[in-house]
Amino acid sequence: MGKIWKFGDDVDTDQIIATQYLLLPGVDDMKGHTFEGLRPEFAGGFAPGDIIVAGKNFGCGSSREQAPRVIKALGAAAVIAPTFARIFYRNSINIGLPVVMSAEASAAAVEGEPIEVDLEQGTITTAGSSFAFPRYPDHVLDIVRAGGLIEHLLATG
Amino acid sequence: MKGPIALGMTITEKLLARAAGVPHARPGEILTVDVSWCMTNDATTHISIDMFNARLKERGIHAPERTVFVIDHNVPSESPTTTATQNKMRAFAREHGIPLHDGEGVCHQLILEEYAKPGDVVFGADSHTLTAGAVGAFAAGVGSTDFVAAMVTGQTWVMVPPTIRIDVEGTLPEGVFAKDVVLHMIGDLGADGATYKAIEWGGPGVQALNTEQRATLVNMGVEAGAKSSVVEPDEETLRYLREKRGADVDTGELLASDPDCVYERRLTYDLSTLEPVVAYPHNVDNIAPVTAYEGTAVTTGFVGSCNSGRIEDLRIAAGVLRGRKVLPEVKLIVAPASKSVYMQALKEGLMDVFLESGAMVVNSNCSVCFGNQGAIGEGDVLISTGTRNFPGRSGSQKGEIFLASPATVAATCVGGYITDPREFV
Repeated sequence: MGKIWKFGDDVDTDQIIATQYLLLPGVDDMKGHTFEGLRPEFAGGFAPGDIIVAGKNFGCGSSREQAPRVIKALGAAAVIAPTFARIFYRNSINIGLPVVMSAEASAAAVEGEPIEVDLEQGTITTAGSSFAFPRYPDHVLDIVRAGGLIEHLLATG
Repeated sequence: MKGPIALGMTITEKLLARAAGVPHARPGEILTVDVSWCMTNDATTHISIDMFNARLKERGIHAPERTVFVIDHNVPSESPTTTATQNKMRAFAREHGIPLHDGEGVCHQLILEEYAKPGDVVFGADSHTLTAGAVGAFAAGVGSTDFVAAMVTGQTWVMVPPTIRIDVEGTLPEGVFAKDVVLHMIGDLGADGATYKAIEWGGPGVQALNTEQRATLVNMGVEAGAKSSVVEPDEETLRYLREKRGADVDTGELLASDPDCVYERRLTYDLSTLEPVVAYPHNVDNIAPVTAYEGTAVTTGFVGSCNSGRIEDLRIAAGVLRGRKVLPEVKLIVAPASKSVYMQALKEGLMDVFLESGAMVVNSNCSVCFGNQGAIGEGDVLISTGTRNFPGRSGSQKGEIFLASPATVAATCVGGYITDPREFV
């Protein structure tokens, strides 16, 4: 069970982590600047287990993998949106950050309210309702089950 | 014959089938493909190197000579921290025998000039990697983890995308350029109108464009969410490759879409009906005619980027600026997309035009489009040939960015307010 942090449509990866932090040595050096321009209180207030619920086309723009990495480093249990930009979506799967597509849950979610995502059952529970989301394609599921692309690569040779 | 097997393939489906070693590829199928080139730049490579060193060192690199490292985002370095990050990349390239381009230009321009050929599959750790589609390659942007996996195995997985075909007819009117065409397209498709899809540009209007103009068209496909964007290679492609790489260049395989292939959607543009446009703040799909914003005051201009920093673009901007001055209150920054573009511009006297007009010419790098040079401040208004106008993309979150053609940018910097370039050509 985590708290909902809501965002609008078309949030781009420049908003998630700005250009001037990309070449810092590691993700732990960057994570304090997550959503800095859009929501300056985010990095300080986001607790492990909290969930980002956004509008359509989340993570569009630059391919910077730092974007899903800082969100993961802050302890997000998942990111929920009606749709994701493809590079952000693929990067998230590759690093083991759950990304879930649900237009219904995105519409129902209320800022600050509790939410729970059950990846095995494929359900999101919030605001007294439960929403089903489609399972990943088999190939993607294999990567998720392995814990990310590098783990999958090492396991499959 | 009836049924799906008899249907033809799009060029994108053919490129992926060829790279996967299978006879057919259909949208939705997941294929494992051989990667011709994998490219990465200084904005993210340190993350890939850390992953490789921690977990994959013993696996080694599949083909160092088919891996390309480019330092283009923060070059020359602005801080010791950045230099340390780039030094890690330089040392890794040296240790593993990976070609390194250090300050020689924007990665996508270098891939176009030196590496990608028709029939290739290019994966790059940068969203504008699809630029290589201008020479008939399948090219897609990925993140650091996908990059490192492709570097180690020489392969990656890809879901075959459905194709949006854009048929282009007619010729561009005076004062309207390839940048205006691609902005029109993004406005029509929307920021996610091509997500997970391939874009294919074709028709007589595209056949008449040179490879540089085609690169401007394909490069910004990602701004509509596209996985890849491609132009069918032709005689012009061969001319470009021979000009850049010599007469005996390997010209690869010139694939084309079958007449009976299946497109998910078709759009048609008659170039002769288009007008100069801008993408207004703060989304790339906010498209309006330049005339709608005419008179808006600007403080900064930029001509450059992987979208519009080629010789063609510099000629357009210089054409407007010849014999004119940039308004003293406006800073115009010009960044040629590569060293070879820079040298060609010198030869043609374009640099004289820029410098005499009052513009600043900087080295070949991502520059203002990435926000590492000429950062705008609060209240500044930038007009740019770059790729994105998101808040903070080129400096302050409280500045504004308009995207436009090199002619519109140059004309605007002369008067200090957004100006229809047709008055100048």
